[in-house]
Amino acid sequence: MWQKRAIALVILVLGTGIGWYVYSSQQDGSRPFKLGLDLSGGTQLVYRAKLDAIKSSDVADSMSSLRETIERRVNLFGVSEPIVQTEHGGTLAGTSEERLIVELPGVTDTQKAIALIGQTPVLEFRLVKLDADKTATASSTVNELFEPAALTGKDLSSAELQFQGANGALTEPVVVIHFNAQGAKIFADLTKNNVGRAFGMFLDGVAISVPVIREPIPDGTAVISGNFTPEAAKELARNLNYGALPVPIELISTQTVSGTLGDKAVQDGLKAGLWGIGAVMLFMLLWYRLPGLLAALALTLYIVVILFIFKFLVTLTAAGIAAFILSVGMAVDANVLIFERMKEELRSGKGSDEAIQDGFSRAWPSIRDSNISSMITAIILFWFGTSLIKGFALVFGLGVLVSMLTAILVSRTFLLALGINAKGGLARFLFGSGIKA
Amino acid sequence: MIIVRHRGIFFALTGIITALALGSLWLYGLHLGTDFTGGSLVEVSYDGMRPAAEALTHNLEDAGFKGFSLRESGTDTYILRSALLTDEQRNNLAAIFSYQAGTAHVEQLTEVGPTIGLELRNKALIALGLVLLCILLFIAFAFRKVSQPVSSWIYGLIALVTLIHDVIVPVGFFAALGYFHGAQVDTLFVTAILTVLGFSIHDTIVVFDRTRENLRINHDRNRKEDFAETAGRSLNQTFVRSINTSLTVLITLLILYFIGPASTKDFALTLLVGIIAGTYSSIFLATPLLVQVEKWRGQKKK
Repeated sequence: MWQKRAIALVILVLGTGIGWYVYSSQQDGSRPFKLGLDLSGGTQLVYRAKLDAIKSSDVADSMSSLRETIERRVNLFGVSEPIVQTEHGGTLAGTSEERLIVELPGVTDTQKAIALIGQTPVLEFRLVKLDADKTATASSTVNELFEPAALTGKDLSSAELQFQGANGALTEPVVVIHFNAQGAKIFADLTKNNVGRAFGMFLDGVAISVPVIREPIPDGTAVISGNFTPEAAKELARNLNYGALPVPIELISTQTVSGTLGDKAVQDGLKAGLWGIGAVMLFMLLWYRLPGLLAALALTLYIVVILFIFKFLVTLTAAGIAAFILSVGMAVDANVLIFERMKEELRSGKGSDEAIQDGFSRAWPSIRDSNISSMITAIILFWFGTSLIKGFALVFGLGVLVSMLTAILVSRTFLLALGINAKGGLARFLFGSGIKA
Repeated sequence: MIIVRHRGIFFALTGIITALALGSLWLYGLHLGTDFTGGSLVEVSYDGMRPAAEALTHNLEDAGFKGFSLRESGTDTYILRSALLTDEQRNNLAAIFSYQAGTAHVEQLTEVGPTIGLELRNKALIALGLVLLCILLFIAFAFRKVSQPVSSWIYGLIALVTLIHDVIVPVGFFAALGYFHGAQVDTLFVTAILTVLGFSIHDTIVVFDRTRENLRINHDRNRKEDFAETAGRSLNQTFVRSINTSLTVLITLLILYFIGPASTKDFALTLLVGIIAGTYSSIFLATPLLVQVEKWRGQKKK
C-alpha cells in the first residue's frame, strides 16, 4: 500500500515536471513544437532526377550530391529549417524513379520557390560516342551522340571567371572550373585515355563547349568557353561556385500552404483538442465516478507525455493533430474496458480491492489484442503515407503505445494507492451505476 | 440474448444497410481527388468581395485553363481543380483570380504529377488489402487456443466480414457526400478508412475475447452449454463497454468535425460514419454470424 502510494507520488511529480517542461519550453521558445508545412505555411517541391545519362552504379552517389547541392543552395537563401531529402519511388506505378523532396517553410510563393531551386546549374560532362560520326543525323539526340563520362557536377570544387584570347588579347570571357581531388583524378584519367576524342560540357542540358581532347590534363582544371558575355560568364561562375547538379531534375509535384491558412488550422486544432479532452474527461467522470476521475488523471498524464514526445520526435501536421484528438478518445478505451470489468466483479460480490485487481487482469487480453491490431494499422499507414499521412500514423501509433501505459499502469497504481476497500452502498457510490449490492 | 435469437432480423438489416451503401457507390461513384489523379488544386480567398464564378471562369479561360472545375467553399473561398499549371499560370495565379474589387490570395496550391498519383492509388489499395490480411492473420493467431467448437480461423474470417462491412458503409456514405457536397477521395480519406479498420476491430475483439473466456470457463467447470447461449451471454456482458469505448471516440470526432481544422472535416465525418458502422457490426453482426456458422457446421456433422 505505502509502496503504491510512493509510486503514485513519483508519477504525479514526474508528470507535473514533464508538463512544466512542455509548457515552459513552448513559452520561452527553447523547444517549440515542430509544425509541418500545412500548419506553418510553406512550400514543398518534389523533383524527379533524370538519370538516363548516369550509370546505375553512380545513382546513389549522384542523388546524395544532388541533395547536398540543393541544400547548400536553399540555405544560402536564408530559408529557415529547410528539409531536403531523396526518395526512391514509382515502383508501384510501374516505373522506377529517384526523387528529390524540398520543403521550404515560410516560402509561400510557389513560383519563387521554383525559381530559387531552378537557378542551380546542371553541369554534365559527356564524351562523343566513337561511332558518332557515322550514325549522326540532323535529328540525332544528345543521348545518341554522347555517352556519359565518369565525371559529373558533383566533382566540381570551384569556378572562376577568366579572360583569354589569341595573341594575349584576353578579350574572351571564359569560366575556369577546378575539380576536387577525386574529380581531378577522374579527369586526368579520362583525358589520358581519350586523346583525340571530343568532350562535351553541358550546362542545363545544352552543350556549351565541345572541345577535342588534345593532351592529358593532370591538374584538374577545365575551361568552359562558349561565347559568353562577361556578365553571363560571371553569373555562371558564381552559380557554379554554389554547386552544380550532377543530373537534371524535373518538377513533378508542388504543394503550397499560406501562413494564414496554417495559423487557422493550428488554432482550430488547439480548440478542438481542448474541447475534446474536456468532453472525454467529463464522460468518464459521470459514468465511472471515482475510477473515472483517476482515468481523467491518467489521461492528463497521457497528454503530457505524448506532447513531450511530440517535441522531440514528431513534426505536427493537421492530420497529426486529428490523430492526437482521436487518440484522446481512444486512450480511455482501456480504462472503459477495465472499469466495466471491475463493476462486473463488484456485482458478483467481491470487495473493491479484489475487484480492482481482477478487473485489470481480466480486461488485459482484450486490451492487448485490440491495441496490437491498431499498431498493425499504424505501421501500414506509416508505410503508405506521404509526409502528411506519416505524421498521422506516427501520432496514432505513439498514442496507442503511450495510452496503454497510462491507462493501465497509472490508473491501476492510483486506484490501489487510494486503498479503498468498500462494499455495498459505498462501492456503489464510488464505482458507479449498475451495481446491485 | 435477444440479438442472437433474432439474428435473422439483424442479418436483413445489415443487408439493407450494405445494399444502400453499395447502391450509393454504384450510383454516385467515388470522385478521385488530385492526390490520386494528378493535376492541380488551388484554393484562393478574397479580402473584399468574392467575384462571381462566371467572371472567374472567363479569366481562367483567358489564362489558358481547360477542363477545370471551380467550386465555392465557405464564404470567401474558391477551390479550383485543373490540369498541371504552366509556369506562367503559376506565376500569375493571384492576378488570374482577382476580379475588380476582389483581390485574391492563394491559400493553397497543390500540384501532383501523374506518376505520383498512380503510385499513391496503387499504394492505397495495397495498404487496404494488407491491413485486412494482417488483421485476419492476427485474429486467427490470437484465438488459436479456442478451436472448439468453432475454429479460430472462423473468428478471423468473421472479423474480416465485419471489417468489410465497416469499410463499405463509409465508402458508400462518402460517395453520396461527394455527389452532394463535392467531397473528393484523397489520402486523408484512405487514412480514415484504414483507421476505421484498426479501430472497429477493437469491439469485435472484446466480444470474441469474452466468448473465448466463457468457453474456457465452461470447459474447466465441465459445464455443457449451447454455443449460441455462450456467445449470446458474452455479447450481453460486453455490449455496454463496446458502446462506451466508441462513444469516447465519437465525442472527440464530433468535436473535431465541428470545431477542428477545415482540412480534416471530411476526414472526421468519414471516421464518424465508419466507427458507428464498426460498433454496429461488432454488436449486431459479429456474434450472430459466429453462432450461425457454428449452426451450419453442426448440421453438416449430423
